Amino acid sequence: MSTVIYAMYDDDHVLLDGAKKVVSKGIHVTDVFSPFPVHGIDDVIGVRKTRLAICAFIYGLTGMSLALIGMRYFMIVDWPMNIGGKPNFSLLQNLPAFIPITFEFTVFCTAHGMAITYFLRNKTLPGMKAKNPDPRTTDDKFVMEIHVEESKEAELIALLKETGAIEINKKAA
Amino acid sequence: MHHVESQIREPLILGKKTYHEITEDVCRPVEGKANKMWYMMFSLATLLALWGLGCICYTVGVGIGVWGLNKTVDWAWDITNFVWWVGIGHAGTLISAVLLLFRQRWRMAINRSAEAMTIFAVIMAALFPLLHMGRIWLAYWVLPLPNQFGSLWVNFNSPLLWDVFAISTYFSVSLVFWYIGLIPDFATIRDRAVKPLSKKVYSILSFGWSGSAKHWNRFEEVSLVLAGLATPLVFSVHSIVSMDFATSVIPGWHTTIFPPYFVAGAVFSGFAMVCTLMIVMRKVLHLEAYVTIKHIEYMNIIIMLTGSMVGVAYLSELFISWYSGVEYEGYAFMNRATGWYWWSYALMMTCNVVSPQLMWVKKWRRNIVLTFFMSIVVNIGMWFERFVIIVTSIHRDYVPSSWNLFHPTFVDIGLFLGTIGIFFVLFLLYSRVFPVLALNEVKTILRTTGESQLKQLQAGEHIDVNGNGSKNGH
Repeated sequence: MSTVIYAMYDDDHVLLDGAKKVVSKGIHVTDVFSPFPVHGIDDVIGVRKTRLAICAFIYGLTGMSLALIGMRYFMIVDWPMNIGGKPNFSLLQNLPAFIPITFEFTVFCTAHGMAITYFLRNKTLPGMKAKNPDPRTTDDKFVMEIHVEESKEAELIALLKETGAIEINKKAA
Repeated sequence: MHHVESQIREPLILGKKTYHEITEDVCRPVEGKANKMWYMMFSLATLLALWGLGCICYTVGVGIGVWGLNKTVDWAWDITNFVWWVGIGHAGTLISAVLLLFRQRWRMAINRSAEAMTIFAVIMAALFPLLHMGRIWLAYWVLPLPNQFGSLWVNFNSPLLWDVFAISTYFSVSLVFWYIGLIPDFATIRDRAVKPLSKKVYSILSFGWSGSAKHWNRFEEVSLVLAGLATPLVFSVHSIVSMDFATSVIPGWHTTIFPPYFVAGAVFSGFAMVCTLMIVMRKVLHLEAYVTIKHIEYMNIIIMLTGSMVGVAYLSELFISWYSGVEYEGYAFMNRATGWYWWSYALMMTCNVVSPQLMWVKKWRRNIVLTFFMSIVVNIGMWFERFVIIVTSIHRDYVPSSWNLFHPTFVDIGLFLGTIGIFFVLFLLYSRVFPVLALNEVKTILRTTGESQLKQLQAGEHIDVNGNGSKNGH
């Protein structure tokens, strides 16, 4: 039988030092809930670097290709028009005029693709239920979540108090 | 020791604030009732907006013949207003994206409202080309859609089409960037909400944000990449707007310096509008501790810098018009400065080139009353800049028999003032239901830029961010 311990702190630096101490004892910190990003916490509790930027790059390449393929089809292949004598027979020669839209469409696809991926990966969508254990974690409190065996509970609580936790709550896992 | 800030920097958050007080100060306007000042401004803005809506309906119903356009001056206030509003929008993106990339901490207090300004300004801007189409219900014709004319496509060589893509990308990306930043702050309001209705509304708006370490990890990555994207985007948008003119062969428009010159002008007018809005907002919503004199000074320095860039651009195009030896060019500029519209040229020069130079004096750029006055002067000047470029360049045609002047009708005036009204209605509503400061971002700079925290740092004491004194000293 294991329980979930929520240790609350009122200072981000105290929490960060506390997390280091807890982790150094070989205890796994499941998550940290905070009102703003606590810098350095990711490495301490083992949150891996997000790969969202790689996704963004792929969306960008897609957007760029779509824009170029589209404009080549519309302006060169399907219905070439002589507009002020601009080259209408070759994508390469007409390319300078196509750069602005290629750029805009690349940005469009990157930004929106990345935003959609971000919402899906975070599981933050309209109507989703928030999972922060205490409403104060979006104000000025910082909470560390630790899963622990019932036998080691007392020991952990003592350790957390030592690190400066102001409040400790538990919940059956 | 986690982080040491240079001790000579002025604090960006005044007084003895804690994390909780920041939440309180920003949520107060959302949770409380509006004051008399707000209702007064809202009523005035609504009246203007209604007049504007009336003029929009009249234009759509009757056609753009109700404007003062004629055969010679076939672009006038509509495009002037369009460029003016897009330009104003630029400061929001510049503050939130460019200043993020440069790690400027002072952006935190103003980025939210500046981005709101961007979004509302771009909506106002987009209205004008749509109305100028005449038959607004056919506006979807600007998109490359398969159609019944044997699939005749839109012209991808035309800057007007580039504009369609630029403005729609700019608007939608700014909106997403803004909203992603708003989600954690909506979550703060949700977790404090007492009334069931506001709890429900802010639950939906905050998308179930819980602020876990992984959430913040992704949040910072998304903010950084979107800032990286928005930075070239903001420069591209106004460059493309300037190409509406620069790729034509009209003397006075056919100028290669237009893109950088328009971008500088856009930043110039945008920061002026941010000053106008923030000076009123900090007073009405009691946010003087967050939007400080130092913030206003920083913005005034940017206004001075970009104003000087605009000045250099004016003088170089004037010089080149003579130096190029092109008669038409030379005439266009002589006519701007000394022709019938000399007064608008003089107004533009005074407001945009001369007046920002006052900001060299430190005492003046830290003066709120002067800044407020100046911010309005700058925006009047920037409106006249666009008017000068557009109307004076085309009102003297190649054939003297078609020379003409532009006389705005009540509809032209109504549309312009109406968009100012609609803009303020949107902005005032925003200030009542949205967190007007990126409150969770402001908390991240409290430790290093808070006034009392900086004092504690200098005294070598424990830095207090939660009002517990030295209880947690370690």
